[in-house]
Amino acid sequence: MSDNGQTPVLRINNIEAIYDHVILVLKGVSLEVPEKGIVAILGANGAGKTTTLKAISNLLHAERGEVTKGSIEFKGERIEKLNPNELVRRGCIQVMEGRHCIEHLTVEENLLTGAFTRKDGRGAISADIELVYTYFPRLKERRTSLAGYISGGEQQMCAIGRALMSRPDMILLDEPSMGLAPQLVEEIFEIVKRLNEQEEVSFLLAEQNTNVALKYAKYGYILENGRVVMDGDAAALRENEDVKEFYLGIAGDNRKSFKEVKHYKRRKRWLA
Amino acid sequence: MELLYGIFVDPFVQMWEFPDLLVQVLWEGFVSGTLYALIALGFVLIFKASGVFNFAQGIMVVFGALSLVGLYAFGVPAYLALILSIAIMGVLAYSVERVVLRPLVNQEPIILFMATIGLNYFLIGLGEMIFGGEPKTMITEELGLPKGAWDFEMLGGFVSIQRIDAAAAIIAGILVGGLAIFFNKTRIGRALRAVADDHQAALSVGISLNQIWRIVWFAAGIVALATGIMWGARSDVSFALSIVALKALPVLILGGFTSIPGAIIGGLIIGFSEKLAEFYWGPLVGGSIESWFPYFLALIFLWFRPQGLFGEKIIDRV
Ligand SMILES: Nc1ncnc2c1ncn2[C@@H]1O[C@H](COP(=O)(O)OP(=O)(O)OP(=O)(O)O)[C@@H](O)[C@H]1O
Ligand SMILES: [Mg+2]
Repeated sequence: MSDNGQTPVLRINNIEAIYDHVILVLKGVSLEVPEKGIVAILGANGAGKTTTLKAISNLLHAERGEVTKGSIEFKGERIEKLNPNELVRRGCIQVMEGRHCIEHLTVEENLLTGAFTRKDGRGAISADIELVYTYFPRLKERRTSLAGYISGGEQQMCAIGRALMSRPDMILLDEPSMGLAPQLVEEIFEIVKRLNEQEEVSFLLAEQNTNVALKYAKYGYILENGRVVMDGDAAALRENEDVKEFYLGIAGDNRKSFKEVKHYKRRKRWLA
Repeated sequence: MELLYGIFVDPFVQMWEFPDLLVQVLWEGFVSGTLYALIALGFVLIFKASGVFNFAQGIMVVFGALSLVGLYAFGVPAYLALILSIAIMGVLAYSVERVVLRPLVNQEPIILFMATIGLNYFLIGLGEMIFGGEPKTMITEELGLPKGAWDFEMLGGFVSIQRIDAAAAIIAGILVGGLAIFFNKTRIGRALRAVADDHQAALSVGISLNQIWRIVWFAAGIVALATGIMWGARSDVSFALSIVALKALPVLILGGFTSIPGAIIGGLIIGFSEKLAEFYWGPLVGGSIESWFPYFLALIFLWFRPQGLFGEKIIDRV
């Protein structure tokens, strides 16, 4: 399906996902992320963006969810049955919605947890910590602070930096803009772009902030009620009348503000 | 009036007049306290990492000690028996993760709690079947642990310190120190703290919960074995020992279920206070208050600080 005939890094084919054995949330989602691509999944609250990302990373399982139909391929291999540990080893890692920094660990310890699956030794890991600090100089300043006490923007940087520590080929990035000031959102997306260009990491990102997402992504999928209702090049989506009205808020109402009411942090769902 | 005197004045007069006795009582309290702290530590480790309140922790203490003396009775040399007992705790940890935790992941905490009650009775049954139910003597000497006592002349009297007690305190200290280094300085320790703090985040970076659970149950098993040896050396090795392990409950209430320093300090507080209460206030009610005083203390404590002395600081910056 890819334009240039390459296999995509990630290909999702018609998946269905359910929670608690009954609640059908994804009803046949298909999408692709090309090699070194940045692809956005857009949609309102509850559209199924997070569920799609978790279906790929298989974090769904910890929430009593599962993929019941369809297939997911990463670098040409089926991955539906793999656990997150195995998937991170193979180069696909998720940055969860709400950052999920480990609060009682310092920033640097958080980064080190990202290297958990690596076997290439301390030297390589320390070098990569320095690399992360060159992308996020602010983290270097806060390296000894507990992650629970740094600002929301710094936490987002910490979460992305932590994912980088696993040396991924692909990062699944869930709502990086959540709760951040517009300027900070731009800053984060600029870094995403640089990581994509310089470190050759592909990104699949879920966003409600359609504006920014379509500025940085090359391709977008719009999800509604667990189905892809539209997809296309970012430029084309930006010009589309429906997208303008429903997702870019260009019709002049203040539709975008609903994302603010969203819970800031999901509490632990520990074994519950 | 006499009662009030007996409660509020007389014990302190005695402490003042016979300081050697006070030191003796405090020492006894310290030793019991370190052992309570070790048992509580086992609970805390498991609770932190897997959210499971392990009802079987007390039986793990007995089971560890029983394997050791049982193997020795079958003719295995003492040190080999010790190594094999450690291995048995490893097998136990692996089996619990495989048979109990993994299938029950995502279930309500109460269900996991019930599963540990099941484990409790399973271990009792297994222990009795293999090694028999009668009380046994700990192979203290064979393991190279000291016997006898030191008598110190001090404060106008004598203080007698059992050598095995001193060894228990030292070994407990080494174990606690070792665990602290393990958790704070190693890759696995860091992963474990990550799991305790935010298991989803830990999962998302590829930390394997199953691996962490196995390690934590193994660590708790080793702690249990050490406690069993020390406690067994002071009394007998029998299933009655698990009653002692229940003393960990007031320790946990005092120290908080998730705090390692809490388990240690809580254990010491319970140890000191029960011995002091027994010795100085016990005679007032005609005897043994040691067995219930810790629970009473914990109850009082619950009124004032339900999260425990060191209940983990909840970071809330929103
Ligand atoms: N653990 C769960 N158990 C049951 N239902 C769930 C669970 N998580 C999500 N859902 C449901 O699945 C649907 C899709 O949720 P999802 O979190 O994927 O949406 P989203 O597009 O990421 O929304 P948001 O923008 O709010 O993050 C929602 O209707 C939600 O109620
Ligand atoms: Mg979401």
